[in-house]
Amino acid sequence: MHVAPEELQAAAVAKLAELEGVEMKPKKRVAIPVQEMPAQDPLERCKNMKEVALGYCAEQARLEAMRCLQCKNAPCVSGCPVAIRIPDFLKAAADGRFADAIAIIRENSLLPAVCGRVCPQESQCQLNCTVGKILKDVNKSVSIGRVERFVADLQRESETGQVIPEIKPESGNKVAVIGSGPASITVAADVRREGHAVTMFEAFHKPGGVLLYGIPEFRLPKAIVKNEIDTLRAMGVEVRTNFVIGRTRKLQDLIDKDGFDAIFVGTGAGLPKFMNIPGENLVGVFSANEYLTRSNLMKSYDTERAHTPMYSSLKVAVLGGGNVAMDAARTAVRLGADEVHLVYRRTEKEMPARVEEVAHAKEEGVIFHMLENAVRIIGDENDRVIAMECLRYELGEPDDSGRRRPVPIEGSEFMMQVDTVIVAIGNGSNPLISQTTEGLEINRWGNIVVDENGQSSIAGVYAGGDIVLGAATVILAMGEGRRAAAAINARLTG
Amino acid sequence: MNKIIKKQQLSDEVYRMEVEAPLIASERKPGQFIILQVDDDFGERIPLTIADADAEMGTITLIFQSVGRTTHLLAEMKVGDRIPDLLGPLGQPTHIEKVGHVVCVGGGIGVAPLHPIAQAMKAVGNKVTIILGARSRNLIIMEDEMRSIADELIVMTDDGSYGRKGLVTEPLKELCEQTPKPDMAVIIGPPIMMKFGAETTRPYAVPTVVSLNTIMIDGTGMCGGCRVTVGGETKFVCVDGPEFDGHQVDFDNMIKRLGAYKKRENKDHEAHHCRLDRYPS
Ligand SMILES: Cc1cc2nc3c(=O)[nH]c(=O)nc-3n(C[C@H](O)[C@H](O)[C@H](O)COP(=O)(O)OP(=O)(O)OC[C@H]3O[C@@H](n4cnc5c(N)ncnc54)[C@H](O)[C@@H]3O)c2cc1C
Ligand SMILES: Cc1cc2nc3c(=O)[nH]c(=O)nc-3n(C[C@H](O)[C@H](O)[C@H](O)COP(=O)(O)OP(=O)(O)OC[C@H]3O[C@@H](n4cnc5c(N)ncnc54)[C@H](O)[C@@H]3O)c2cc1C
Ligand code: SF4
Ligand code: SF4
Ligand code: FES
Repeated sequence: MHVAPEELQAAAVAKLAELEGVEMKPKKRVAIPVQEMPAQDPLERCKNMKEVALGYCAEQARLEAMRCLQCKNAPCVSGCPVAIRIPDFLKAAADGRFADAIAIIRENSLLPAVCGRVCPQESQCQLNCTVGKILKDVNKSVSIGRVERFVADLQRESETGQVIPEIKPESGNKVAVIGSGPASITVAADVRREGHAVTMFEAFHKPGGVLLYGIPEFRLPKAIVKNEIDTLRAMGVEVRTNFVIGRTRKLQDLIDKDGFDAIFVGTGAGLPKFMNIPGENLVGVFSANEYLTRSNLMKSYDTERAHTPMYSSLKVAVLGGGNVAMDAARTAVRLGADEVHLVYRRTEKEMPARVEEVAHAKEEGVIFHMLENAVRIIGDENDRVIAMECLRYELGEPDDSGRRRPVPIEGSEFMMQVDTVIVAIGNGSNPLISQTTEGLEINRWGNIVVDENGQSSIAGVYAGGDIVLGAATVILAMGEGRRAAAAINARLTG
Repeated sequence: MNKIIKKQQLSDEVYRMEVEAPLIASERKPGQFIILQVDDDFGERIPLTIADADAEMGTITLIFQSVGRTTHLLAEMKVGDRIPDLLGPLGQPTHIEKVGHVVCVGGGIGVAPLHPIAQAMKAVGNKVTIILGARSRNLIIMEDEMRSIADELIVMTDDGSYGRKGLVTEPLKELCEQTPKPDMAVIIGPPIMMKFGAETTRPYAVPTVVSLNTIMIDGTGMCGGCRVTVGGETKFVCVDGPEFDGHQVDFDNMIKRLGAYKKRENKDHEAHHCRLDRYPS
């Protein structure tokens, strides 16, 4: 049930006062209720693009941090891909030393305001949290991400908001960073700090990668992404938009003709997968990439100002069960669809989307269809979608990924009346760079092959993020960026 | 960057612009295109063919018909203005080869993308016949440039106000019936014209290349919005094309996909008269 932010704050203020001066034994800590994330009322937020989760107040942040037991072995830290010193920052936050908390986080993470919002915490840092174990519910673990977000936002919104790291004297080396997603942002910052000149090349007209064109405003405000890019610019990183490597300039030319000493490729997973079922090229069928790009990057939800149109839909089906599918479904709700159906061929348990996104989608009225999948899309005489034929499934034996394989139930065909179908079943890797760069080794999925330092088969050319991992996560992309940046810095100064 | 160096009105709705874009000018090949935006925050990304380029001057030439919001706004820009966003060159270059006799068919604004291809086909030693078609005389563009390339030039108008009266498919059919028949046809124009052009050459098995103008967003293969069905397979026009085997393209589906946003576009541009499809379907 939705609770008003004011109520949550009032409860937190009271609770904190009650605990003032009390000695906090572990039992007491575990007894502190999980601090719920204040959120916009579902009935309201369905009609706007503003951020859904509003963020903790200071009292909530302190209380949530106080739930941490300061475990010696800190299982949470091993769940965080960049190994943030979680108990330490939580201790600082619990004491109300928020500036210390963010400083600790920043030792390991460059994008805390982003990761605090979009990390799949329940399968990372919060997965093995002792508090969650004690309460036998991973959703009752310490809400590490929410506290992380709070201290990051507090810093960004303060007067000294933009933290511009110190830059070493110019080294005379030049590094090219291709793409502007989280992996590239990290490399640009880490390499620039060592005094190397950095140029970032981005194909789109605005930098930020998926953080900008994929993840919607209601989950990650674009102002936060812009702030990160502005910091890079303030550090002296040159950002060149509208520049496609492989087309405007070949990767090899950056080395041979433009004198770059090292290159980082962070071009992401930009190749939409389709179902390969009949009717997929009908009018009204979109890849989630197209649907989300139109809305997020081209701002077509802003019908007054945006020149790029959005398809008008009343009944939408979204195929898939990941974050991308949730984002597409929740965007469709906001764009005014009467009905939004999410169709996934396994059960909710197997769904890769974050728990919070699933809960939010349900609150917003998205209708979930589990153990179903589309087999055919049907159009009218103008090739416009009017229906989708589906099949029901049951779960069989586990497959390679350990998830139980969905098996179609024979004769279970049925029709779903929809006018729009959004395919959100994942992304492959975009072949533009590998096709135009001789000697760049890729695996059979088209991902760039790198060694333990993030270096590709071409000396001096590094890669990381989704182009190496396949569609993964923001924090993993950032972690890969850190590793590659360290190797680049070692190469240039070594 | 992206400064407009020269601007010229070629006909009622058609403009020619030379734009400063040195990197694109030196990298581009015939058949490739750019994507531009007239407003960095709210603009639409629209593809336009690179009609010509001067690597030394660092300029590219765009020829466009003002049919909607973005092309109208572009037409209003003046020499000295900068186009906020311009990226390219995108797409696969045309496969240029000496095959013998090439018939190049251009309808309406399609003459612009056809020009660099005809030029390159001629340069490698092909005999080049050019057929230009338009609704009426004042809509024929680039006749002089095309005439200087062509071994033979045929002009067709719907209303007979210039050249022969009729559709471009008529002289195309006549050429196919000759012996020897042409070795190749390149047809660029409104989708409906490309469809009927391809139908014309099909019985004669004359290899036919068309250049597709689907709706695009990124132009790098990321969104799939530009997809078309070619020989039963899905292709992305921005990275696999824009040129395809005209005998394999599902034009009916492509034309319907182009109409996906018609309602909104018509509303946007009610002040401007719409370009009407002028080929029978
Ligand atoms: C809709 C959606 C929702 C998601 N939700 C979550 C979430 O909740 N939590 C989470 O952790 N992860 C989420 N992810 C995944 C996460 O966003 C990615 O793993 C992450 O952004 C990958 O970062 P990256 O730096 O590798 O590349 P990207 O962010 O993909 O950026 C790559 C950039 O490179 C540019 N580029 C590509 N080719 C070229 C070229 N040839 N020349 C120049 N530039 C080029 C692209 O335009 C793009 O801007 C989501 C992804 C999507 C699509
Ligand atoms: C590879 C490629 C090369 C092109 N080269 C040229 C060129 O050299 N000169 C030129 O004048 N035009 C060219 N086009 C077409 C041009 O992109 C469209 O005319 C333009 O996008 C219309 O934008 P608008 O905002 O002015 O009109 P809109 O209001 O968006 O549309 C007006 C009309 O144009 C149609 N349309 C919309 N988007 C496109 C599109 N991307 N392609 C085709 N039709 C569209 C609509 O269905 C509508 O009928 C090319 C298209 C492609 C894909
Ligand atoms: S970066 Fe992500 S995984 Fe690491 S502590 Fe923060 S929210 Fe958890
Ligand atoms: S596992 Fe949980 S309780 Fe233990 S230190 Fe980490 S956050 Fe605190
Ligand atoms: S325009 Fe997006 S894939 Fe072609």
